[in-house]
Amino acid sequence: MQAFEYAEPKTLNEALGLLSSRWGETEVLAGGTDLLSLMKNYVATPKRVVNLKRIAELRGIAEDSEGLRIGALTTVQELLEDQHLARFPALTTAAEGITSPQIRNMGTVGGDLCQRPRCWYFRNGFGLLARDAQGRALVPEGDNRYHAILGNEGPAYFVSASSFGPPLIALGARVRIAGPSGTREIPVAEFFVIPRNENEREIALRPNEILTEVILPATARELHNATYEVRQREFLDWPLATASVALELRERQIRRASVVLGHVAPIPWPALSATALLEGKTLTEEIAAQAGEQAVAAARPLSKNRYKVQLARVAVKRALLAAAQGGA
Amino acid sequence: MAETPKPPAQATIEWPPAERRRLIGQRISRLDGPAKASGRAKYSYDVNRPGMLHAKLVFSTQARARITAIDTSVAEKMPGVRAIHLILQPGAEVRWVGQEILALAADTEEQARDAARAVQIRYEPLPHFVADVPPEQAGADRLQQLREQTEGDPEAGFQQADVILEGEYGCPVITHCCLEAHGQVTEWNEDNLTVWASTQNVSGLAPQFAQGLQAAGIPVQASQVRVLTPVMGGGFGSKFAADTWGVACAALARKAGRSVKLMLERDQELLAAGGRPSMYARVRVGAKRDGILTAWSSESWGTGGPSTAGTPNLPYVIGAARNPLLPKRSRHTAVFTDIGPARAWRAPNHPQMCLITMCALDDLAAKLQMDPLDFFLKNLQFTERPDVYREELLKAADLIGWRQKWRPREEALRAKGPVKRGLGLSLHTWGGRGHNSNCLVTLHPDGSVEVALGSQDLGTGTRTVIGIVAAETLGLPLEAVTVKIGSNEYPPSGASGGSTTVGGVSSSTRDAATNALNQLLAKVAPALGVPAEQLEAREGRIQVKDDPSRSLTWKQACARLGTTPITATGRTRAELISSGVGGVQMAEVSVDVETGIVRVEKMVAVQDCGLIMDLKTAESQCYGAMIMGICYALYEEKIMDALTGQCLNPDMEFYKLAGIGDIGELVVHMMTGPGYDERGVIGLGEPPVISPGAAISNAVANAIGVRVPYLPLTPDRVLAALEAKGGAV
Ligand SMILES: Cc1cc2nc3c(=O)[nH]c(=O)nc-3n(C[C@H](O)[C@H](O)[C@H](O)COP(=O)(O)OP(=O)(O)OC[C@H]3O[C@@H](n4cnc5c(N)ncnc54)[C@H](O)[C@@H]3O)c2cc1C
Repeated sequence: MQAFEYAEPKTLNEALGLLSSRWGETEVLAGGTDLLSLMKNYVATPKRVVNLKRIAELRGIAEDSEGLRIGALTTVQELLEDQHLARFPALTTAAEGITSPQIRNMGTVGGDLCQRPRCWYFRNGFGLLARDAQGRALVPEGDNRYHAILGNEGPAYFVSASSFGPPLIALGARVRIAGPSGTREIPVAEFFVIPRNENEREIALRPNEILTEVILPATARELHNATYEVRQREFLDWPLATASVALELRERQIRRASVVLGHVAPIPWPALSATALLEGKTLTEEIAAQAGEQAVAAARPLSKNRYKVQLARVAVKRALLAAAQGGA
Repeated sequence: MAETPKPPAQATIEWPPAERRRLIGQRISRLDGPAKASGRAKYSYDVNRPGMLHAKLVFSTQARARITAIDTSVAEKMPGVRAIHLILQPGAEVRWVGQEILALAADTEEQARDAARAVQIRYEPLPHFVADVPPEQAGADRLQQLREQTEGDPEAGFQQADVILEGEYGCPVITHCCLEAHGQVTEWNEDNLTVWASTQNVSGLAPQFAQGLQAAGIPVQASQVRVLTPVMGGGFGSKFAADTWGVACAALARKAGRSVKLMLERDQELLAAGGRPSMYARVRVGAKRDGILTAWSSESWGTGGPSTAGTPNLPYVIGAARNPLLPKRSRHTAVFTDIGPARAWRAPNHPQMCLITMCALDDLAAKLQMDPLDFFLKNLQFTERPDVYREELLKAADLIGWRQKWRPREEALRAKGPVKRGLGLSLHTWGGRGHNSNCLVTLHPDGSVEVALGSQDLGTGTRTVIGIVAAETLGLPLEAVTVKIGSNEYPPSGASGGSTTVGGVSSSTRDAATNALNQLLAKVAPALGVPAEQLEAREGRIQVKDDPSRSLTWKQACARLGTTPITATGRTRAELISSGVGGVQMAEVSVDVETGIVRVEKMVAVQDCGLIMDLKTAESQCYGAMIMGICYALYEEKIMDALTGQCLNPDMEFYKLAGIGDIGELVVHMMTGPGYDERGVIGLGEPPVISPGAAISNAVANAIGVRVPYLPLTPDRVLAALEAKGGAV
């Protein structure tokens, strides 16, 4: 790990004042479950690390007229234990999927959304877009078994690592972001972006901004929602593909639907055509399967990840059936 | 310790008969269990010496290149850096990513890491080759044909066959994943070196250190090197040598005048500390309609990195018998790659040969529309121990409910829902004859007992077994014996490889303890008024055989030694040990045919290993082996990038191992009693890890109606096999 300056601000403003306007110079530390391994592997080499954990205003889960506010420092475990979350199985299933108690106790909601991709070329020092010294893109010709099947026209081929992204998008959540010139709020759907060059990141945060909270709108409470994750192991393992769905049902008829795929694209991937297919239908096993088919219709697998198309297809089907079964 | 004259070794020596065994064969918890579970046991990794420096390796970032320059000038001036030792010189060729180039030592681990990064190494790149491919896809300079062997007349055999199966099977390069990394702490005292090493070879390491250090210009003799390994965190065949990092660690300590710790980091473990060679084969095997085999032929290949990694002997177990002879032809080609070196991996070559053989035979059984249990039972005459395998197959079948649960392949697939179940089985064998071991037993006048051997306990229970044998022989409770192992100052004992330890140490301990006891009996015989031959040690007493009323307590007996302890040595005794075991494993799996995800629901291991010393640690070997087997069957693979020559998963994140939830129910049955016990002690460390890959692969084939040809059985491969079949997907 490269030596760095360490700061422990007590207020958000103090923290913001410590951040650089250029990526890489400073890094924000929450639970550290990702940042520390990035630093140990010299993938991140910040000059200054700004620890957020002393900032009280980033903690806690509270409900008000707007909806449910989840502070960025809320740990994965706190999220799982909070009663308000019982209505959001789409989110708790994703949290349960992080099967390491250590990571659940340390990792935070903000950190989950801001964590860096697990692409093994990135993690082995070839950059976010995984190019060799000659500028050759390594993923298309290399081992891409865990890479993107959607949104993979390049230059990005990694998959978004956050398991919270897809359910939050499906539930219509927003994030609140604090920066040097005040705060802004954007839908989680707009928080994830596909970088076009090495100087960009995979989130819409600017280097001198801090994600302060996630807001689940009051309306989300009425949605039948679920997540299905395909993991090879029970033991702490990354999903190979996931689907999060949220349905507004009347009787058994779908009035509005949202289907978002995870771990199959550089961003959580909204499956719009599947959504369109579902609206107005009564959910049956056959309709669920058709929606799965639609969700991956545009997939363009790389040389070694065609199997992920099937996994995403099944994840959509199973998530839909689970959502329809569960109460709102 | 004072030397006492030793009576000549017993002419014959034997294990106590079943009715006299109090400890041998019982389920006894390991002596060091509490210390390990509580963290009090100190591994080499835990050794911290006053003023100790921390060393790190600088390793090659290139898969193949010539080193043109090594510039340590910046690193040398970095804070805390005390010494640098070159392992390779400029001009040398590196042959894998992770190859050791130099080591440096600094005050703290972080300083050493930073300095290691500041070392500049310039390379002239050379073309690399890291793909694990069949010979026809590798350059001619990358191949070596190792063996073409024919026995009997396979062509005639194939002509007699009613059914011939052709298939391709194999498994990739995997690594050892020892919980404790490779490495050691070294410390000089004048010209004497102490090494706290994580090694499988306590008694054999000193000469290696001496030789390596002499080559580095540091004159030291084996007699000046003390090696200590009181406890050890796993080796699995990868820790027999001093290694470049051991020699470098000692050289750094010499240069810096301080003790030095150098343990490999996890990525280096995966890159450089050894892999299990891959093995693949195209198989043809024929049988009569009734299932009796008529011929085998195979073309196999695989890579052990820069070396050949040995020739397999195919087919495995079935076809090993000389009479009747299964006509067979086999050929193996080694493919050289720049993926890093191979090291012995628990039962070298056997898991691979087992997978290839048992999967091909299972497919043949399916083609014959036979239950594989019946098919294997029918062909046991081709094994070297048909009766044992028959008994084990029937026992395993019973434990897993084979007769109730087994369905032909197609039928399993027709089960309702996406999750299908299947059963598979496999057979294996191993030698396991005890190595050369020497033991020293000391009986002190106060009644305390020491047993010392230059052996090591890799986590298998060796320490406990030694204690059991000594206590049994001396008629004492286990707690009365102090076992001293893990130092080359004790009598030399073999390296722990090839499942040779239990036979070596149990027989040498029995020998030494018997010799010590005979001395004691001779000493106290006059007091009890009978010749020594009429005395025995039982339940903490020395007594006249069959007359416990005439006896001395152990303490009273030892008190008669005055001030001089009894010492007696023993060595490996051929009449107490044997070689050659068989084992059968069966697996029940469930496969989600929509996702390709395989779960092991239950595994059964039935295993013989002669006379069992400690039933609990023996069973633990089988449990551990099945877990290791589930890992390589479902998850493990060292993944190399063809373009860059890098290993893509040198971590525990994408180099996957099973967690508790992935293991399923494990059942172990050890074959004991008449027919087994009288064979004496045979090793067990390796055999139970051989079959899991084949048993699980066969169970998956049974569940989904088609073979997934290669391990690990990952979702992509399972789905591809289903799709090729015309798909349940
Ligand atoms: C083997 C393994 C398996 C895993 N499996 C999963 C999984 O299945 N699904 C999943 O979602 N996650 C998984 N995780 C990842 C884990 O959930 C994340 O590491 C964790 O959520 C990150 O939270 P943290 O608070 O520790 O973040 P940190 O490590 O502290 O930070 C991570 C990144 O986010 C930035 N950051 C953190 N908080 C903020 C903030 N409030 N504002 C701005 N930037 C911020 C940091 O600067 C850093 O770049 C896995 C991790 C491992 C090691």
